[in-house]
Amino acid sequence: MAHFVDFRGVWLAYNDELLAQGHYAVEDIHLQVKEGEFIAIVGPSGCGKSTFMKLATGLKRPSRGTIEIAGREVDGPLKITGMAFQAPSLLPWRTTVANVMLPLEIVEPYRSTFKQKKAEYEAKARKLLQSVGLGGYEDKFPWQLSGGMQQRASICRALIHEPKMLLLDEPFGALDAFTREELWCTLRDLQATQKFNVILVTHDLRESVFLADTVYVMSKSPGRFVVKREIDLPRPRDLEVTYTPEFTDIVHELRGHIGAMRKAAASGSEVAQ
Amino acid sequence: MMSRKSLEQASPWILLVLVLLVWELLCRAFNVSEFVFPSPSKIALALQDQAGLIAGHAWRTFWVTMAGFGLSIVVGVLLGFLIGSSRLAYTAVYPLMTGFNALPKAAFVPILVVWFGIGVGPAVITAFLISFFPIMVNIATGLATLEPELEDVLRVLGAKRWDVLTKVGLPRSLPYFYGSLKVAITLAFVGTTVSEMTAANEGIGYLLISAGSSMQMGLAFAGLVVVGAMAMAMYEFFSIVERRTTGWAHRGSQGH
Repeated sequence: MAHFVDFRGVWLAYNDELLAQGHYAVEDIHLQVKEGEFIAIVGPSGCGKSTFMKLATGLKRPSRGTIEIAGREVDGPLKITGMAFQAPSLLPWRTTVANVMLPLEIVEPYRSTFKQKKAEYEAKARKLLQSVGLGGYEDKFPWQLSGGMQQRASICRALIHEPKMLLLDEPFGALDAFTREELWCTLRDLQATQKFNVILVTHDLRESVFLADTVYVMSKSPGRFVVKREIDLPRPRDLEVTYTPEFTDIVHELRGHIGAMRKAAASGSEVAQ
Repeated sequence: MMSRKSLEQASPWILLVLVLLVWELLCRAFNVSEFVFPSPSKIALALQDQAGLIAGHAWRTFWVTMAGFGLSIVVGVLLGFLIGSSRLAYTAVYPLMTGFNALPKAAFVPILVVWFGIGVGPAVITAFLISFFPIMVNIATGLATLEPELEDVLRVLGAKRWDVLTKVGLPRSLPYFYGSLKVAITLAFVGTTVSEMTAANEGIGYLLISAGSSMQMGLAFAGLVVVGAMAMAMYEFFSIVERRTTGWAHRGSQGH
């Protein structure tokens, strides 16, 4: 079976000057992801995780190598993806439900039917918000919600157009530990019911092991994938699983890889971002 | 006792009354001549005696200012939109605009007289020249400071530049726009008055000069008071418009 996401020998330099110097943000990325797979990418900050996101959404074209997603080579912004970041970046002049509907005003086929089917789309947005526990808050403004609620709304916005792939760049990084664990479960349930692919970029190892099917460890300058670790914990996973020895062993193992890399990098190389 | 909130609301008026009282007392205590520095009561008297005359000039200054201000909204918004939505335009236009803004606008008045003659023309143009800059800068800033993540979220969906500008950029720059109107309207009054002082036969600026040259200091001061009051009233008007239209940007302590 063909892979849903297929990176073959992908290199990226941010501009021609850096390319001429042979200075790459990410190097020699090979990645094959099955349909419906949840992968996580962990690594030290500045290792090119965000660059990887830009490649996977088609916002950046690789300097070398090819990227195929859903059987097509990526040659521009990829509308079958949804994105969410550490900052929820909701629009303060729109209500929560209007924020979630924003992508529908932009992406086809929703865009051209937005006026006629507004009521239908709004019902859909409300349903999605209710499914992440924001029932009753749909008509509030984002600044009336807590940080965790805003992030839930931001994820809803990323999912409203039913993308095949969800890209998350440290989405829970700014939240407190309890809220973060709640949102892990929200994301787990959403993915279990809708079966979209997820690429989660994070520096939280517990988060990556709890949520992902496969964890990739990235090294810093050069930004490469150095370790691939399949997480064979059975699904559905309960938060309790994070306290089992199997879970802790995997986290420990990943921590070991990152620790080794940091030691190697301590000899001194500048941050490439 | 007065609550803290109502004290805060009354404070500008209390201060105004105090200043007027001290002014009045100083004028009386030192017996300052009316031809040098009239006391508030003398100014009030002049206002009352020559109410018709002052009102005529004030009306002229008011509509001339509004005309210049209207022009500066149109031009300021268009220029701001242009330089805020394109990096190239921003880099190219901004230094020139800053240089232009540094020029004293009063210096343009003689040139404008040559072009438009004595009267409405120079006053409208001066009001415009002095007040479009803050509007332009604020629109441009609102547009140019979009969060890059949000732009990515939209671009990946296939959003065109125009989508990003209309869905996010413009609403985002509205609070900046209304904020700038408050500043610009007061500047526009300055422009009109300065221009009328040399290039008009009507308006508060003209009144100031003619009253001054005939030693009617009470009348001159009354003219100043009227310009100040009009500018403050318009400032308040735009503050209210700002709060009504972009309340989400001024939520104070109720948000996070």
